[in-house]
This record gives sequence, structure tokens and C-alpha cells, in this order.
Amino acid sequence: MNDAQMIQTDRTGLLTQEEIRQIDAELAHIPYKSGAAIDALKIVQAHRGWVSDESLQAIASYLEMSAEELEGVATFYNLIYRRPVGEKVILFCDSVSCWICGCDKIKAKVSEKLGIDYGQTTADNHYTLLPVPCLGACDRAPVMMIGDDLVTHLDEEKIDQLFSDNQSGGDQ
Amino acid sequence: MEKVLTRNIGDDLKPTDLAAYEANGGYQGLHKAMKDLSPKDCQDIVSASNLRGRGGAGFPTGMKWSFVPVGDKCTPGHKYLVCNADEMEPGTFKDRLLMECDPHQLIEGMILAAYTIGADLSYIFIRGEYVVAIQRLRDALAECYAKGYLGKNIFGSGFDLEMHVHPSAGRYICGEETALINALEGKRANPRAKPPFPQVSGLWGRPTIVNNVETLCNIPHIIDRGAEWFKSLGRGEDSGTKMFGASGKVKNPGCWELPMGTPIREIFEDYAGGMQEGLQLKGFLPGGGSTDFLVPEHLDLAMDYNVIGKAGSRMGTGTMIILDDQTCPVGMVLNLIRFFAHESCGFCTPCREGLPWTRQVLVNIEEGRGTAEDLGTLAYQVNYIGAIGNTHCALAPGAMEPLQSALKYFRDDFDRHIRGSSCPYHSHSHSGGH
Repeated sequence: MNDAQMIQTDRTGLLTQEEIRQIDAELAHIPYKSGAAIDALKIVQAHRGWVSDESLQAIASYLEMSAEELEGVATFYNLIYRRPVGEKVILFCDSVSCWICGCDKIKAKVSEKLGIDYGQTTADNHYTLLPVPCLGACDRAPVMMIGDDLVTHLDEEKIDQLFSDNQSGGDQ
Repeated sequence: MEKVLTRNIGDDLKPTDLAAYEANGGYQGLHKAMKDLSPKDCQDIVSASNLRGRGGAGFPTGMKWSFVPVGDKCTPGHKYLVCNADEMEPGTFKDRLLMECDPHQLIEGMILAAYTIGADLSYIFIRGEYVVAIQRLRDALAECYAKGYLGKNIFGSGFDLEMHVHPSAGRYICGEETALINALEGKRANPRAKPPFPQVSGLWGRPTIVNNVETLCNIPHIIDRGAEWFKSLGRGEDSGTKMFGASGKVKNPGCWELPMGTPIREIFEDYAGGMQEGLQLKGFLPGGGSTDFLVPEHLDLAMDYNVIGKAGSRMGTGTMIILDDQTCPVGMVLNLIRFFAHESCGFCTPCREGLPWTRQVLVNIEEGRGTAEDLGTLAYQVNYIGAIGNTHCALAPGAMEPLQSALKYFRDDFDRHIRGSSCPYHSHSHSGGH
């Protein structure tokens, strides 16, 4: 290995002291560094909103694993975002109980109101819309999460109220 | 009926803190165990109670624990207890309630389970979307550490236990216990080959027990009040109470603690209130998205593991998904297969390729492009990827359960789609999800 390659592999410096402190707290009860891979991805995402290539490489360096291996982990999990997301992620439940209770219509209304489909972010960067497996609130279907808030008993009127400030016309 | 699991859960759904939990008899099981019972005593009580796993498979809890090596048979090192709080089975909403409203009941159950198997480290593996439950569990853990219910030398017994809340990064497959263990190790959540079973070689290669939330919530009561009392709670052959539920177009969807062996009709009519105005019951999945349909003729069956099994389905999680006569059964099965195809971990070919293939056949039928041969393809898939042993884990066989039973009970609906080249139902035509 030549010097240039060696320098290239250490990206740890791209992590902040606070991120490293939080990752170290997880490592305290984990026997191998790579065992904290998911925790570290979540910690960095909590600070930066998403996991960029640079962030991914920095985490991989710190956990002494290859960026490729960490990428395999990151892309497996639906709550790790490898692309930028809006200020709030809308997790829209499209599983069976919500479907029986008419979530397709509600989804169409959300898309119309925000001007985005699944995987897209509004032009004002407020919202990213993603589908999610059953949210475990089937007695209050249809439901979705906006950021950390569970919103239940959805109907078209409620969608109108929730997104009353939003104009149609989103962006990727 | 005496409330056991929901004794601290009121209509206001407020969380129970440590003081309120103890004021209502909480941590009595733990006090009793630390003072008077050996791990072997606890093991014997739980085995004698006939408690069966409430996560879906119904495996006897005492037997599962008994596979963990103890004493001389165990090499030195950690043992782990993991609570599976990754509630993602479509149509299941019981563990959320137990964790949000009574976190200490789960924690006490976990301390007792860890004591029994000799675990010194424990994790609550909880889905990331359960933000309220995560916070309340963390608050409850802080209360426990502050009072010495967790940490070193609990109640002067010499027993040490650390407990962590571990929010997951997603994916349905993490509910499979060996996939969950891989996720806890920071890896992709592909299920592991068994054997070795986690009880012998689980997290970090050490003995590990993974139990569902509701299963663990039963433990404090069993230790405190005994196996005979627990067995007496059931109305049929199974012990204890169970969180049952109903969702779909019933009048009063919800989740209720009822005795094991409660007839389905009682849950459906007395608690769920029957169908909404103008709708008839067409069928139901008794315990989540990966259980076989049952139909109105099964309403008088008791909700017991073996009774539901003999009728061709599974108790699963005990939360029923109700299909009404104006919702398309093909569309409903398509929604479920879409879900399972999306959630396949991709490790084995029959699941990774077979589920999307099945999904596409169902899309064609639902959208009016189906042919008679398509029904043959579906029957083939049911037999092939539905057979345990042809796939790496139980995800694809589980996915086939609603499909195979829909083909059995609602065959006429499939035929009408193909004959009429369109979906005969109005409300959900041309759609089974996104």
C-alpha cells in the first residue's frame, strides 16, 4: 500500500466530537467496533439529517470497517437515509388495515397537496414522503407519521388541514 | 374477568411510573424471586405455567429458556436476554399499548427472565417509529437504575443486570429472532441458519433468549402468583390471558385483554361491535398478515393455539384483520404480498424472486389482465415457496398463508376478476397499495 492510499482511508476526522462521544457510548457494551455500525449511522443521521458518502466513509474509518461493508448495512435499513430528506419525513402506512380503511385515497390526497410522490421531497424542503410497514396503530387507521408524531384517523379533510400552508408543485 | 396485563392501563392511556406501578403490586414478583427463589425455581414455575410465546409462533416459553446452558455446562462469558419489541406484523398493535402505558411491567418481566437464564446484559430491540414507547421505556429504566432495580447486586442478591433500549433502523425481517440478532450486531438483518439456535449461540456467539414483549409482560404475574393461578385464567386448553384485537371496517376497532380460549365471535361481536353499517363479514386473518384466512363459519372457534391450528390457520399475534364484503379479497392479498415482497431480505432465491413474481400475477388479475393459467401459477407458488424448508426462513411461507387460504375460500372472486377482465369491487379497484 502506498502513502496516498493510506491517507485516503482515514476519514475519521470528518466526525464531530459529539458524534464520536455518542458512538463511544454505544461501543462501551459492544465487543467489536463494527458492531456499532447501525448505531453510528443513526447517530450521524440524527445530527446531519441523512448519511452522505463522506459521512459513511468517516463512520467506516472510525469503526475500522470498509466503506463497502458499511454501505451494505446502510442500504438494508429503511430508516437510514442515503439521500437528503426534508425537515420532516412523512412515513405513510400502506399496510393491510390502513389499505382496507382507504389509505390509497389519502395517499393520493397527500401527494396532490404536497406535489410529491414516494421518495420525493417538497420544493420548500419541508417534507419527504416515504411508505412504511404497518405502524402498529391499526385500530386508528388510516395512519401516518409526520416526523415523530403519529397522526391517526386520516381523512381527506384532515390532510387539507395538516398541509394547509403547502402549495402544490414539489421537486425531487 | 381479572385484568392482568392491562391492570395499569386506563382509558386515558397514561403511562404508569415506578411509584404507581409499585402501588398496584408491581415488582412483587421481583422481590419474591430475589428473596426466595433460585433461577431453577423460576424456570420450573414458568415451565409449569404453560406460557406460550405471544409473538406469533406460540413456542412454549419455559422450554425455550430451558435450552440455555447453565452452571458447568456454560462456558464463562455473557449471556443475553433480548426483548423483541419490533412490532411490524401487518395488522398488529398490541405491544405498542403494553410498552407505552406500562413500561415497568415489561422491565420487571425482563429482569426475571434474565435472572432465570443467568443473563447479565439485556436489550429491548424496538422499532424506531415507536418514539413514545422508546422515551417511556428510557424514563422507566432511569427510575430502575436510580432505585437499584437494575445494575449491580440487585436487592443484595448478587445478581447483576444491565438493560439497554435499542431503537431499530427498520425492516420487517428484524422480527425474526436470528435476523434481529444480526441487526443488534450491526449487520444486515439476514436470518441465520439454524442450528445453532440462539439459546446456545446467539448474540456475539453467546447464549441468547429472544422473547416477545407480551410474553415477557406475563412473567412478573406468573412468578408472583404461580403456575396454577396462570393456568386457571384460560377458558380453553391454553393458559393465561392474551391481548386480542380487531382492525378493518368493524364498528369499534381496538385491542382488549381477554382469557385465552375466548371464542372469536365474542371478540368480534361484543368487543369489536361487529361490522360497520351496511357491511357483512366476509373473512378474517386471526393473527396478523401472515396467517391464513378464516371465514364466518369459524366464528365459534376458541382463540387457542391448537384450535386455530386445526382450522387451518394460526393464532399468530391474536390481532385480527377483518375483511368485509365490499373490499376486494384479491386486492387485500395483493396488498399483503406487496408488503412481503418488499420486505424480503433478498438472501434466498425462492423468496427474493418468488414473491415479486407472485405479486405481478396478482397485479395482473386485480387489474383485469389475469388468465386461467395465472391461478395455476399462484397454486404452484403456494406449494413451492409456501413449504417450510424451500426457503431460508419463515417469511415467504408466512406470505403464502393469506394467499393459499384466499384461493380456497374466495376462489370465486379470483374467477370473477379473470372472467370479467376487471375488479368487480368498486371501492378499491385497480389498487392493492402503492
